[in-house]
Amino acid sequence: MPEGMQGIVADWSSDQRAFKKVPWGKAMMWIFLLSDTFIFTCFLTSYMTVRMSTTVPWPNPSEVFALTIAGHHIPLILIAIMTFILISSSGTMAMAVKFGYEKNKKMTAILLVVTALFGATFVGMQAFEWTKLIVEEGVRPWGNPLGAAQFGSSFFMITGFHGFHVSVGVIFLIITAIKVIRGDLDNERPGFLTGRKGKYEIVEIMGLYWHFVDLVWVFIFAFFYLW
Amino acid sequence: MAHTEGQQHPISIYFWIWGLLFVLSAFSYMVDYLHLQGYLRWSLIIIFMLLKAGLIVSIFMHMAWERMALACAILIPTGALLVLIGLMAIEADYTFFTRGIFFGAG
Repeated sequence: MPEGMQGIVADWSSDQRAFKKVPWGKAMMWIFLLSDTFIFTCFLTSYMTVRMSTTVPWPNPSEVFALTIAGHHIPLILIAIMTFILISSSGTMAMAVKFGYEKNKKMTAILLVVTALFGATFVGMQAFEWTKLIVEEGVRPWGNPLGAAQFGSSFFMITGFHGFHVSVGVIFLIITAIKVIRGDLDNERPGFLTGRKGKYEIVEIMGLYWHFVDLVWVFIFAFFYLW
Repeated sequence: MAHTEGQQHPISIYFWIWGLLFVLSAFSYMVDYLHLQGYLRWSLIIIFMLLKAGLIVSIFMHMAWERMALACAILIPTGALLVLIGLMAIEADYTFFTRGIFFGAG
């Protein structure tokens, strides 16, 4: 048995496998998502802490995020539409994974592009929401005219970090779609970053990340917008 | 490889879950639209949220079909977060209480 540094490498990489029937990359994506869960929970927990401890009334999200459409004042409508868009993108992503394992190149690519378009629409609507809040309502991370100052800092931190995740997801969806269209996954062409052989399991790994982004939105929608 | 490690399920299940998520999201939105308040509002928000989260993780992310070892490795550590939330809730309550005394006394 090798000793020293060689020994460490040998011991940790020896012929053991904890997560059976799961490709290596998929297990790693799950572990990354677990760490991301901790990050988002830290944000949501700090939001809970500041909202519970402030003595100033919290702005009513139902009113703050209301829109007047065709003369009708509808509460929280923008956020509701964003929620449906993100859920739809999760639906198309799940089906892209299914067609990927069937090696149906055309359908996988189409569904990945549709998912990316939904994601981009979501980010666009979020940009509209931020602009409205900053320019029209005067909400800032350090204060706002509507109530507790912590509203702005929690809002920009939580939705900003989530929007960043969606944006990164859109970029990787496009990269995955290009790989599918180019036939990288059929020809096992090595990836540009890791050099690992192209396989259809990368579509499922991409899907895990994308569904996670949708999952985080479920919690943000419940605790920030509805509570 | 794809046969032993890939996840193959009929497409109908994805349409079903998609539809269910739409219905549950509509219900969540109705909680706000109908101006439900108090414990009814909070419990409905949490019920719909957990149902949606469960459907996404178990079906869309295929956790329902993974081996127990993976499911436990990913799901059990999140229990630590419940402890964090509990501790922070107590802390926030205490801060609110002391602020009440401080600002109340002027």
